[in-house]
Amino acid sequence: MALRQTKEDATTARLEGCSLPEGGSWATAARKSALARLQDMGLPTRRDEYWKFTRPDTLTSTDVPSAAVFDPKDEPPVFDAINRLKVVFVDGVFDPEASDDLAMAGVKIERLEHAAESDIHWAKELYGQLEINGQTPVQRPLAAMNTAFATDGLIIHVTEKAARPISLIYNHGSDVSDVLLHHLIKVEPGAELTVLENGPAAARFNKVMEVEVCDGAAFHHVRAQGRDHERRAVTHLFGRLGAESTFKSFTLTANGVLTRNEVVLELIGDDSVAHVAGAALGDGDFHHDDTIFITHDAVNCESRQVFKKVLRNGATGVFQGKILVKAGAQKTDGYQISQALLLDGDSQFLAKPELEIYADDVACSHGSTTGAIDDEALFYLKSRGVPETEAQDLLVKAFLAEAIDEIENEEISEDLTARLEGWLVRRRG
Amino acid sequence: MLEIKNLHVKLEEEDKIILKGVSLSIGAGEVHAIMGPNGSGKSTTSYVLSGRDGYEVTEGTVTLNGEDILEMEPEERAAAGLFLAFQYPVEIPGVGNMTFLRTAVNAQRKARGEEEMSAADFLKVIRAKAKTLKIDADMLKRPVNVGFSGGEKKRNEILQMAMLEPKMCILDETDSGLDVDAMKLVAEGVNALRDEGRSFLVITHYQRLLDHIKPDVVHIMADGRIVKTGGPELALEVEHNGYADILAEVA
Repeated sequence: MALRQTKEDATTARLEGCSLPEGGSWATAARKSALARLQDMGLPTRRDEYWKFTRPDTLTSTDVPSAAVFDPKDEPPVFDAINRLKVVFVDGVFDPEASDDLAMAGVKIERLEHAAESDIHWAKELYGQLEINGQTPVQRPLAAMNTAFATDGLIIHVTEKAARPISLIYNHGSDVSDVLLHHLIKVEPGAELTVLENGPAAARFNKVMEVEVCDGAAFHHVRAQGRDHERRAVTHLFGRLGAESTFKSFTLTANGVLTRNEVVLELIGDDSVAHVAGAALGDGDFHHDDTIFITHDAVNCESRQVFKKVLRNGATGVFQGKILVKAGAQKTDGYQISQALLLDGDSQFLAKPELEIYADDVACSHGSTTGAIDDEALFYLKSRGVPETEAQDLLVKAFLAEAIDEIENEEISEDLTARLEGWLVRRRG
Repeated sequence: MLEIKNLHVKLEEEDKIILKGVSLSIGAGEVHAIMGPNGSGKSTTSYVLSGRDGYEVTEGTVTLNGEDILEMEPEERAAAGLFLAFQYPVEIPGVGNMTFLRTAVNAQRKARGEEEMSAADFLKVIRAKAKTLKIDADMLKRPVNVGFSGGEKKRNEILQMAMLEPKMCILDETDSGLDVDAMKLVAEGVNALRDEGRSFLVITHYQRLLDHIKPDVVHIMADGRIVKTGGPELALEVEHNGYADILAEVA
């Protein structure tokens, strides 16, 4: 087929001159297998159904579209007030000077670069594995590309309840940095970990995080994708949930010409709980895509997707969310809501909510709405003396609150709420 | 305080004229009431005064303490001292009542070049005022008017009025949907705010609210005009004889 040939040629051209990183036997095997997957699938194009709403060309191009390093001016870093273990990457390279000592009771943190050198490592069984699982039924070639070529990232093994969150800080150094990072996290039975992520990362950022949450374990993920507007990012968060485990992820995004956040979860143990939520604030040539795929393959599990976007001046929001309930996954409780608040007629929200259910005793619901600011509420606020922009911000915050409420940790939730307020004030001008 | 002269108003979207030359003068510290049958233009008067969209003033002027308010945005009118207690207070999910009130109080202070109220001071003042209106802590925490009963919503309006300390208060059918006890509570709240520097315009269908909030002047409105003005006895006349008699008399 001509289309297939074109895709193959484009992929070959893109990979020309790229060689797999050096490493020990397990890492090399995983990377070779990922490269084979990538070559087989080909890089995504606009013709792919899964990329219908988001153009992948700037994510796959050989040349990196440049992005000026963002100057936060007087804005304090996100999560500044949170007691956390900081791990800093600059343009995707671990920065030991800026990072804390990578030691915490019950948590072993290694760099991928080091772990990949050894021939025997626990990561062997898992590295790239959740990404492979996530390739069916929908292909995610950019994730396979990441597994094949990423040289840095963290390999985290959690055996107890971590005393404080691990905070991944991605700093941006060069206008044309093209960064791949791959993290692998295993949370052993009964253990708990919170991972925070923030920072612009790079001009172009491709990140994969694979998380295995074992029986009775808990994993929390809170991410702030900051105000740096010019960067492009594609991220994949793969998770596998054991029995009675918990997985919760929340992302706050402001700005970004291109962001595609994919979350792919498999619930394979009974009574597990998965929540994925996001709040996004977009302006102008902002394009933000949440693509979620949750597979229920166990009994009595709960999953929740809550996504809210506020768009203005021609910004675009995309939501592709799916709940797949496999045969036998009885008593599934699946919920999905995606909502957009359009502050003007130029902005758009494209939503594709999907349910696919093969079990007969389940409760699944989904909804998607697109609306404008409530004029009545706006007038009410103004009639009490609140100026138009401030009144609008109050309503925007109220709209996003439902998603932010999904963050379990109150301290982190307050930190992000304060951040959101700051962003709203800053964009008033 | 408030001077309305020959006010003509039509709907923006259609050719419907609602107010056909309303004139009204309310002095400082006075309480005026506007009564009238449905569709006479009472509520439109309150909306136009507060600056709601959808109305076009084709003729006439409105001044508050000598300042033309028709060109002002609703928030500027509020900062200038105008307050409208809504007939149907709006529910705002996700915005806490307390946050809303503090934002409003401080926005007005800022607009007037005054210092903002600290969180602690604000809390102290609002607690005291809420207590006299029998508004509990839970109502202050809940989103604005969401899940409030009719009576709670109206008490919440009066609480806002008490916090914002406006000079000119307009009450649009504040008695609608209230039982006798709730109406008394609301009236007490209003009466507590009566002051020689503060004026009220009470819009109502019925005389019963005026038993509790005693007006100095009563106007009867019909078909977009004030057709009769008198003392409190005019309200009683309406109560006993209905509007028909008065309207027949002025026709």
